[in-house]
Amino acid sequence: MLPIDLAATLGPVGTALLFGAIGAGFGAALEMGGFGDTRKLAAQFYLKDMTVLKVMFTGMIVAAVLIAGATAFGLLDMSRVWINPTYLWPGIVGGLIMGVGFVLGGFCPGTSIVAASTLKVDGMVFLVGVLTGIWAFGETVSGFQGFFFSSAMGRFTLADWLGLPVGATLLLLVAMALLLFWLGDLAVARFGQGKPWAEISLRPGRTGFAAAAAIVLATVVVMARGQPTPAEKFALLGPAAAQPVEDRSIFVHPAEVVALRKDLNLQVNVVDLRDEHDFNLFHLGGARRVAPGDLARPAVLKGFLDAPASTVTFLVGNGEPAELAAWKELKALGANNLYVLDGGIDRWLELYPVPACIAERAVPAPADPDALAWRFAYATGSSLPAAWPELPSSPDFRSPCGQLVATEGEPEGGEHEGIVWPTYAFQKKVKLKAKVAVKGGCG
Amino acid sequence: MATTKEARPYVNPYLAGTLLGVVLFLAFFITGGGLGASGALTHVQTGVLSWFAPGHVDRNAYFADIAGGRKNPWASSEVYMLVGTAVGGLVSGLVNRRFKLEFRKGPRVSTPARVFFALTGGAIMGYGARMARGCTSGQALSGVATLSAGSLAFAFAIFASGYALAWFVRRLWT
Repeated sequence: MLPIDLAATLGPVGTALLFGAIGAGFGAALEMGGFGDTRKLAAQFYLKDMTVLKVMFTGMIVAAVLIAGATAFGLLDMSRVWINPTYLWPGIVGGLIMGVGFVLGGFCPGTSIVAASTLKVDGMVFLVGVLTGIWAFGETVSGFQGFFFSSAMGRFTLADWLGLPVGATLLLLVAMALLLFWLGDLAVARFGQGKPWAEISLRPGRTGFAAAAAIVLATVVVMARGQPTPAEKFALLGPAAAQPVEDRSIFVHPAEVVALRKDLNLQVNVVDLRDEHDFNLFHLGGARRVAPGDLARPAVLKGFLDAPASTVTFLVGNGEPAELAAWKELKALGANNLYVLDGGIDRWLELYPVPACIAERAVPAPADPDALAWRFAYATGSSLPAAWPELPSSPDFRSPCGQLVATEGEPEGGEHEGIVWPTYAFQKKVKLKAKVAVKGGCG
Repeated sequence: MATTKEARPYVNPYLAGTLLGVVLFLAFFITGGGLGASGALTHVQTGVLSWFAPGHVDRNAYFADIAGGRKNPWASSEVYMLVGTAVGGLVSGLVNRRFKLEFRKGPRVSTPARVFFALTGGAIMGYGARMARGCTSGQALSGVATLSAGSLAFAFAIFASGYALAWFVRRLWT
């Protein structure tokens, strides 16, 4: 699936040429549309010529339909596509400021480049202004950092906002654009050309009608096809994605989890996939419970996708099958630095046992690998030392059984009123990966 | 000479928009990122600044992020795209006979006034584009194509303030 891994496949020269070629297409499309002429751009604001609106919104909806179509047919991995993060208020205020600059200067940055490249002196002057404005921003942004980073909503799409599938959102966007085109033409006829209303036909021309029908039809096809489910998407990712499951490089030994939890440079998240009952009986300290069915919900998924690069997330179930299913789903949705707890909670409790009077192995062991294999006398939550093996001893902890957990070996730094956890040998598996830093041209 | 002949007319806006949409799609499809201009201009601006005041660039967090220390502001995908954009505009201008030294302005405005407003408008545009984390291409066009919610709000904000101010500065353009 595309997009390609630029650094790995193309090298620096190839990458430069590729971006140059894309830029050339961009520049040529703008120039052909008339964006090099400041009068044509400004005419937009006096309802004389709706070229800007038409070119921009046509570009948006054509690209949006093609992108959603490519993801629907399994050609494009949306999780690796850069979606501009939403900083709502800085974006709106910035947009309002830009509108002022647009109507005073008669260009936007991209169009002034095209104007300058075709020797329009006013475009060159505007470009000098843009560079000055960018410099002024760099000099002053430290004075309003708080505002600049406010209302950060991360990767937040219209589909998330509306709570609709991508296809339906797309249809609304296309309908909105078509409505704007129609209203724009009416406004030009009435206010730009001064025709009385009686002479203006409300019916769009035949070509426009055909074009509108074509894009609506394409949108409906994308909508009917639907976006792949996480399971389908994981299959589409191919053998490379399944490799870590095959070679078990995502199954992390509990002792490695403990070691990482001690590392102050890392944010270690533990996501507990079990039901509330088992979660209340025992869970790892600081674990957050997420039902497997909720993983793909936008509000939950955002937490995984927007996590800083120094975050490692462990998925925890009683056994491995539930962990693995969740791992595949989140991987397909683009989560990074994602691992599962080798053997689940059942194994954890073997290595970091709770006092025998609180829990013991269920006999016979449950047939379901995702069932808790320990019987607890009462719910302990994360109150027992076994939930926090990385912490030093708590002087308040007294084993309720009047006996201490049997120990062997060297203390691992974690002592709980005499509890010394054994040292376990493990193979290091967690390798932090930087986020795939694909950025838009204006990033 | 091609440039002495009459310039060819611009293509139909919907056709130009479709071309733009296809280019934008290909950008996302191949590289995973969209189109843009103001990000590249930030690199250019910071690059030039670092010739004259490298120490200042290192001390300003915003500039240092682009050209601080041993970072090279010029070797970035944005700058390559910027060069491509200029080349694409140039080629289309040559082919369509619009490559011509010209100064364009509204019919009623003097040349010095047009220069002043182009400069001022450009500066305001540049400032706003950085605050919005992208310009009309990088934020509005690329963002809306990927259905980013903030980008659509941003696109409407540009048009809203442009239309709100247009009547007051009509002498510039009409």
